[in-house]
Amino acid sequence: MTAPLNRRTLLGLGASLGVSISFLGTQAFAASEGDLARKKLVVIICRGGMDGLSVSPPVGDANYAALRGSIALQRDQVQMLDETFGLHPELKTVYALAQKGQARIAPAIASPDRARSHFEAQDVLETGSAKVYGAETGWLNRTLEALAPVRKVEGLSVGTTAPLILRGKVQAASWSPGKLVDETARLPGLLQDLYKSDPLLGPAFARGLETEAMAETAMAGMAASGSMAAPDPARNRGGAETARKLGSTLGGFMTQAGGPQIAAVSLDGFDTHANQPGQIATRLSYMDAVLDGLQQGLGAEWKNTVVIAVTEFGRTARVNGTGGTDHGTASTGVILGGALKPGGIVGDWPGLADKALFENRDTAPTLDMRGLFKGVLADHLGVDRALLDRKVFPDSADVKPVAGLV
Amino acid sequence: MAAIAATRFGLGARPGEIEAAKADPRGFLLAQIRREGADVPQDDGESAGTRFEQMRAYQQQRRAERQKKDGEDDVKTAAQAFMNAQRDLREKVGADFLARARLGAATPAAFRERWTLFWANHFTVSATKQLTSVLIGPFEREALRPHVFGRFESLLVASSTHPAMLTYLDQAQSIGPNSRAAQFAARRRNAKAGLNENLAREILELHTVGVDAGYTQADVTEFARALTGFSLGREQEDRAGQFLFREQAHEPGARTILGRHYGEAGMAQGLAVLRDLAADRRTARRICGKIARHFVADVPPPSLVERLERRWLETGGDLAAVAKALVESPEAWDPAPAKFKTPYEYTLSTWRLIGAEPSAIERLAPILTSLGQKPFSAPSPKGWAEDAQTWAAPDALIKRMQWAQGFAAAVADRADPNALARSALGERLTSPVATAIARAETRREAFALLIMSPEFQRR
Repeated sequence: MTAPLNRRTLLGLGASLGVSISFLGTQAFAASEGDLARKKLVVIICRGGMDGLSVSPPVGDANYAALRGSIALQRDQVQMLDETFGLHPELKTVYALAQKGQARIAPAIASPDRARSHFEAQDVLETGSAKVYGAETGWLNRTLEALAPVRKVEGLSVGTTAPLILRGKVQAASWSPGKLVDETARLPGLLQDLYKSDPLLGPAFARGLETEAMAETAMAGMAASGSMAAPDPARNRGGAETARKLGSTLGGFMTQAGGPQIAAVSLDGFDTHANQPGQIATRLSYMDAVLDGLQQGLGAEWKNTVVIAVTEFGRTARVNGTGGTDHGTASTGVILGGALKPGGIVGDWPGLADKALFENRDTAPTLDMRGLFKGVLADHLGVDRALLDRKVFPDSADVKPVAGLV
Repeated sequence: MAAIAATRFGLGARPGEIEAAKADPRGFLLAQIRREGADVPQDDGESAGTRFEQMRAYQQQRRAERQKKDGEDDVKTAAQAFMNAQRDLREKVGADFLARARLGAATPAAFRERWTLFWANHFTVSATKQLTSVLIGPFEREALRPHVFGRFESLLVASSTHPAMLTYLDQAQSIGPNSRAAQFAARRRNAKAGLNENLAREILELHTVGVDAGYTQADVTEFARALTGFSLGREQEDRAGQFLFREQAHEPGARTILGRHYGEAGMAQGLAVLRDLAADRRTARRICGKIARHFVADVPPPSLVERLERRWLETGGDLAAVAKALVESPEAWDPAPAKFKTPYEYTLSTWRLIGAEPSAIERLAPILTSLGQKPFSAPSPKGWAEDAQTWAAPDALIKRMQWAQGFAAAVADRADPNALARSALGERLTSPVATAIARAETRREAFALLIMSPEFQRR
């Protein structure tokens, strides 16, 4: 297969890899906003329950090897961050950034949810509520709502459907590649007429038409980089290449004038109940490639960017009966970006002694991920603390923002 | 009401369908409920066992191919054979999906098929796992279709013991930590022998009582222990690719799950738990809510859910009785269409509109994938979303429009769009849409307007 890779095949392949990108943009900042107008935030949601002990294996923890048994990584297999933690061998970009002080891990982070249900935990992660069904909109969308009085904001998601984290009052447009809209056809205009009094289809369709135009510009940068062979998604390397392109395309969107300031990326496939090592290596290689591409696509704007990668929950500390792990509690969060301040691990490491495990089974949570989000929103995007406590993360005054990250 | 029968309860009106339902719309639907279950797609009829062996043979070929070194004479031949086998399997999955879509497009009993699709989404198995992908067609045919108008318990047991579900949710290899199989594995230092709780958790959370039922991690683990032994035959065994209870893998002992004691031994223990979960009030409430959301509205009237739930509990989960209660509920016939068609429903309804069926998977898979509903590939065991928020996204509408233009170019020149609009929508056709169609410049434009109209995209 050596068909040229165009934007359609690109995101199509992305979908088949379980990678999708969405974003909300802010536009037309007031001049007084100055530097804040350049700041960018990307949230990567690793869906399925990403195993933190594989992302950043605590090979220096005395209990790690015994708990993990057949799936434990050895010290010489990982990229050591400090005396305790290494990084998974596939996370090469993350490691290179960590060497420069531009990547840190939060090794025992969790949402406030403890049900070990994918769907409930993803809801809590994306709504930013303390409990399931506590909010119906996503916290990234409410961030823009909170910023709206100072900046005109606009939303856009790439991918046919928008993830919950981006849904809400600020209408997120969505875009994914396909044929171009024929502007000479009468149909779009006729349909706009038919949808005029339709509260669902009217606004959505109008936004869809606007977005098509913007997308053309956004993809121009990619076209300039030349065509390449369409990768074979069955193979890890090709898949990683596609993921890298998606990352750099996203960077291309974000560096446009009036482009999005906030984006969300979904990575699927982390539910590793059986035969975990191969599966998670593939998924982490995609994550690493997205990050590598994003950094390239952002170019000089990388210095204004923070990326946070989190999952709905971690997995059991012990290997299960099928060479995998079951649903757990705390996992590793990864924080990266040119805007990041260097430092060690974020939050405390509870250790893996039997007594330290949550319910004698999972890595115990020491950091509420809302604290991490709040810290970045406050210090990086300048969101007001009171709004963070009440609106963006409802009833979260007792969750302190993590300070000093940027 | 005839238009509602065909579009909301069914899969969109075929020519003449609304006419046929006119005299007695409720009777038209009730006549589609039958004990013997759903219709069977015209696929190749291969069993899960046969498909399992084919997949295992392919996987062996692949392993062999990977072990070969470059330069050996037979490398090319082996690689070719391996690619052929891979293609054959992929084509089988595509053919299964096409057969189902053709049934949905052609059937005069479309309520029966929609009811079946609801259960296929409730008991999701997904092609995101390679081994499972070839078993989805057999799963729907063997485990779901015979039972969709039987008792819920039968459906739950059939699903929970089918190779597709056992592989999709990792149950097949789950081994009780104190079972004979585990002791044997320990002697052989096989570290990969133990419990896997995936299926147990999803049965509780997704198939039965739901995550807010208040069960604990201990309940999940105990249930996973009760299910140990639910497995399938390996390739060299007699029951290859079929359900097999492995006594030696079952965790011995009595257990307590959701406050109930289970003293049974062996397979009877897991079945007893499934029976109690099927009979649980919380299961009735949750699934009746899902049925109401699927058929009537994203936020359905509580009185409708209560009506369905009452019938469920009165009849011990008799799904024919619940389907009947749905048809008989006045709330389900609200003239305002509240449901936005999912991509699968939307594309099927366009084929039904012209009285045709998709002729090849290549006509169907690309549009479903680009609209976010790749064939047989639900992103998680929770299945596909069914709400308007998810599917009426800006980009999805643009994609629908582009597809509508292409579909119109292929079929519209042979049809009278005004007549099609009446046969597809009956009394649901609004005057702005009828006018727009009548004023269109070309048949193609008229056809595209019809299938992009607010009323055609809703049901």
